[in-house]
Amino acid sequence: MREDILYTLPSPYREDLKVTGYRFGRGKKSACIVGSIRGNEVQQLYVCSQLVKKLTELEVRGAIVSDHEILVIPSVGHHSMNIGKRFWTVDNTDINRMFPGYDRGETTQRIADGVFSNVRDYEYGIQFASFYLPGDFVPHVRMMDTGLQNTSLATLFGLPYVVVRKPKPIDTTTLNFNWQVWETSAFSVYTSKTDTIDEKSAEQAVSAVLRFLTRMGILRYHSHSGYIATIFKEDELAVVKTNVGGIYRRLRFPGEEVRMGEPLAEITHPYKGNVIATVLSPTDGVIFFSHEKPLVTENEIVYKIIKRLHI
Amino acid sequence: MIQTVVSMALPVDEHLQIKKQRLEPFAPTGKEKRISVVTGTHGDELEGQFVCYELLRRLKEGQEHLKGIVDVYPALNPLGIDSITRGIPMFDLDMNRVFPGDSEGPMVESMTKELVEDLEGSDLCIDIHASNIFLKEMPQVRINEITAEKLVPLAENLNIDMIWVHASATVLESTLAYSLNSIGVPTLVVEMGVGMRITDAYGHQLVEGILHLMKTQGMWDGPVKEPKKPIVSYDNEVGYINADASGIYLPETNIGDFVKEGDTIGYVVDPLTGEINETAKAPIDGLVFTRREYPVVYSGSLLGRVLGGVEQ
Repeated sequence: MREDILYTLPSPYREDLKVTGYRFGRGKKSACIVGSIRGNEVQQLYVCSQLVKKLTELEVRGAIVSDHEILVIPSVGHHSMNIGKRFWTVDNTDINRMFPGYDRGETTQRIADGVFSNVRDYEYGIQFASFYLPGDFVPHVRMMDTGLQNTSLATLFGLPYVVVRKPKPIDTTTLNFNWQVWETSAFSVYTSKTDTIDEKSAEQAVSAVLRFLTRMGILRYHSHSGYIATIFKEDELAVVKTNVGGIYRRLRFPGEEVRMGEPLAEITHPYKGNVIATVLSPTDGVIFFSHEKPLVTENEIVYKIIKRLHI
Repeated sequence: MIQTVVSMALPVDEHLQIKKQRLEPFAPTGKEKRISVVTGTHGDELEGQFVCYELLRRLKEGQEHLKGIVDVYPALNPLGIDSITRGIPMFDLDMNRVFPGDSEGPMVESMTKELVEDLEGSDLCIDIHASNIFLKEMPQVRINEITAEKLVPLAENLNIDMIWVHASATVLESTLAYSLNSIGVPTLVVEMGVGMRITDAYGHQLVEGILHLMKTQGMWDGPVKEPKKPIVSYDNEVGYINADASGIYLPETNIGDFVKEGDTIGYVVDPLTGEINETAKAPIDGLVFTRREYPVVYSGSLLGRVLGGVEQ
């Protein structure tokens, strides 16, 4: 393992922001894994740290196939993480909306460029990403439908689901989208949490990446075969929204199978304590996402369900 | 007449409400054109608040001259303005990146969808922004090049100093202005002043411009002043000055100054050492139309913009 400082940004009042990369093996640029870009992506940082630990052990055992280099960047946004902010400390811009970056542009464009210039030539790009809806997901691999995506490769992670998302205009400045434009096969791996650590799904994510690297011939590693993934488009999910605001209590959780009409959650009056709405499943299926926070507004997405799927 | 355009229940005993004021002629014919004036998408941009106040005051004062319908939306992001938050507080989202919205999407997208539906049918829309807390801008209208042919003639009536026709970018397709222009509502994006402050001279200037524009559209027949003739500029005429060093920025130029290439426009200094870290220079000859107001800078922070191709 070689530790490199990939990018440095001087700060007027703090230590320099240093983006650190860990390289395993030598040779062609085979796989790059990026962890926390936003300051709340603690789980993503943790997963990467565990991956660095595991790859360090495997490299000592000679498990990296010759002429392959793996680069792991555990964190980009730790100046934000250290002060409890999600986005860039000064102007609150999102580094993951600044790719491919610009070395003469604004600060976060320069950071994005500093990262992207180091990661863009790899054959496979894996990002541990987070979503802006606050809640839990079933672990899955997500790909942008750029016309360049290869969903069959995504199944090789052995996670239960592969989701293909039609990009919106704001997605065109993410790392994942730009990796694909620069001809890297790009995958976003979602574990169940973001700002807290979930050991079980973190282990699952580390195993998934090791499994993928093995199947791509980059690593010699014997792992469980994982799942044969179910592939679907994000817009095929059934969306369940609230019709009132209040205190929210989940009854069912991601990964569980539900029947049409079954209660998923209850919303309680914040003063009187009575249940003012019961959120019902609009379909048979498997829960893919659920809102987690204890409060909800009206018209909020609280569940996404994979329709007509059984466990 | 005050109308609630969007209302969504928050968790505890409150609704998020977007409101508008509608003014109509005393004797409407039913064939009036409608202009919508919107602002407050970013909660830290307050220049539009004064414009809404002053415009409504002027219109009410001379309502006998009003020949069109005027809808004024002072606060598209009321929770942001109320909490000094640029984005939408609960979601940390830039509201101007979730248009045109989606009734099946998250709450914010449902909200923007309803808002766009309410604005649809307007004959004209003015979307007022105030840069951000970091930069001060000369009063200007920004126009996507794909709508320039239609919008530049309208913007020339708005009594602003310049029109910036900028290149199209996919990411900007999520803005309110792009969404409205796409559904046939000509929308002019005004940028002026600085975040968290009100520059009343700019506010008065824009109100005069809105009244003049309304007059050209047959929506106002009261007295108006002749508008300024704006400079129409394109991306290739704009020079950017971004910091390379970090520190505290001390500007040496003001909005409206003419500079020569290589002129000093400010210094990035180090308060710990007493040294100058960087002397920022004008990249081209021209007019300073953007100036950094917020002193703390990193490498990359925008210090100013200069418009080339204009003479003093």
